[in-house]
Amino acid sequence: MAAATKTLAVVPPRASRLAALWRSHVGRKALMAVTGIVLFVFVLVHMLANLQAFQGSALDRYAEQLRVFPVLLWTARGVLLLAAAVHVAAGLDLWVARRKARPVAYRDFDAEGSTAASRTMIWSGLLVLGFVVYHLLDITFGVVNPDFRPGEVLHNVVVSFGRVTAVVFYVAAVIGLGFHLWHGLWSTFQSLGVSNRAFTPGIQKTAAALATLLTVGFAAVPLAVLFGVLG
Amino acid sequence: MRIFLEIWRQRSAADEGGFVRYDVPDVTEHMSFLEMLDVLNRRLVEAGDPPVAFDSDCREGICGMCGFLVNGQPHGPLRNATICQTHMRHFADGDMLRLEPWRAAAFPVLRDLCVDRGALDRIIASGGYVTVRTGSAPEANAIPVPKEAADRAMEAAACIGCGACVAACPNASAALFTGSKVTHLGVLPQGQAERRRRVVSMTEQARAEGFGHCTTIGACSRVCPAGIQLEVIARMNRDWLIAALSRREEEEPVAIAPRSSPMRFYEQAPPKTQR
Repeated sequence: MAAATKTLAVVPPRASRLAALWRSHVGRKALMAVTGIVLFVFVLVHMLANLQAFQGSALDRYAEQLRVFPVLLWTARGVLLLAAAVHVAAGLDLWVARRKARPVAYRDFDAEGSTAASRTMIWSGLLVLGFVVYHLLDITFGVVNPDFRPGEVLHNVVVSFGRVTAVVFYVAAVIGLGFHLWHGLWSTFQSLGVSNRAFTPGIQKTAAALATLLTVGFAAVPLAVLFGVLG
Repeated sequence: MRIFLEIWRQRSAADEGGFVRYDVPDVTEHMSFLEMLDVLNRRLVEAGDPPVAFDSDCREGICGMCGFLVNGQPHGPLRNATICQTHMRHFADGDMLRLEPWRAAAFPVLRDLCVDRGALDRIIASGGYVTVRTGSAPEANAIPVPKEAADRAMEAAACIGCGACVAACPNASAALFTGSKVTHLGVLPQGQAERRRRVVSMTEQARAEGFGHCTTIGACSRVCPAGIQLEVIARMNRDWLIAALSRREEEEPVAIAPRSSPMRFYEQAPPKTQR
């Protein structure tokens, strides 16, 4: 018994499970999948909430209701920020690892049977990341908004999308988001090990449908403003 | 038929290498792809030139020795087949074919189209086994195996370890290979005892060898001569997550096999006296 205790004492403290997840390629992809789910739920709710713009002042009321409980709002923001940070860090890290895994490129090479979305995840991801920064400066902080009025969300949206460049950037970003989700949503199931030959075709179709739905839903508001349907 | 080839020639791992063009005018459609290369090599040898080095053994698609890219496609255009099973009738007279070796940090080129795939052997050595008492064969029906488990294990065991999945992967990931080995043993009752340790050891070895990660591109499964499905990777990921999030102290990799192999001497530059 004494010997056993002694052996236990010299065993170094094991790294946390989170560290083990980060260290392994499989674990890092699982972290990307879990954070991806969090971010997907956010964009889904965000898209549905955006559609309230077509109901006039409903959007402003919704924005007000979000701020009724500051603790909830900041918890949600904290979770989202953390999820985004882990997702981006893991994505960039894996992208660097990928370049190390094949230092000499092929003369001609085509990843057969793969979708364009799957091969461009890093670029669609960076496009969405860049857009999110701009979007926060535009609608949340109002720094780059032409006529920002705190609390008047619909007004801020309408004046922002009065500019063609803003609409083009927005639509390009949500198409990028669509591509990211088209592959990401199905890859999530694979990374978490819950896909198999029976479910995979259904998962892939659902992922494509949800990606299209989100892209169209998000693009509806700026296009409606641009073409005078809204505002 | 006449075939034009552009083949990657590289004298040793230390050599820079480059594409060289060849013209093979006397090809028949009945030749296998490797027989066509044999014809080219005979001519090269007769002319006193070094023949094109390529791996081959069984020439019937079961050993996993052969493999290179033909016009950017691992094992050439035929699906569910290795390059040795591909015949020249799948090509047209006057075709221009570019042959390139598997490219990955974990697969150093030894010479021309030959790469060192010892990394795959070391992944197997790190966990692709079951620890059983040998010496007397057990009664065959002592362990009942469900039909579906036997079928899934058999499918996964069809992997011949040729490395086409790594070659086809934009991330140079060995996930399909590792996943097929993890699945092969993981679905059978005999493989349960070491199931968790196995998946941690094998994925850790793959990472240590310099293989990339899986981003579910799917090209590996498409080019796989054994038709291994992507679901083996999902199973590997699931087993890994269960192992890593449960009693980890038992599942730490036992050891990382050393990055050495019998063929490594090719990588060293020849001694100066021989130059």
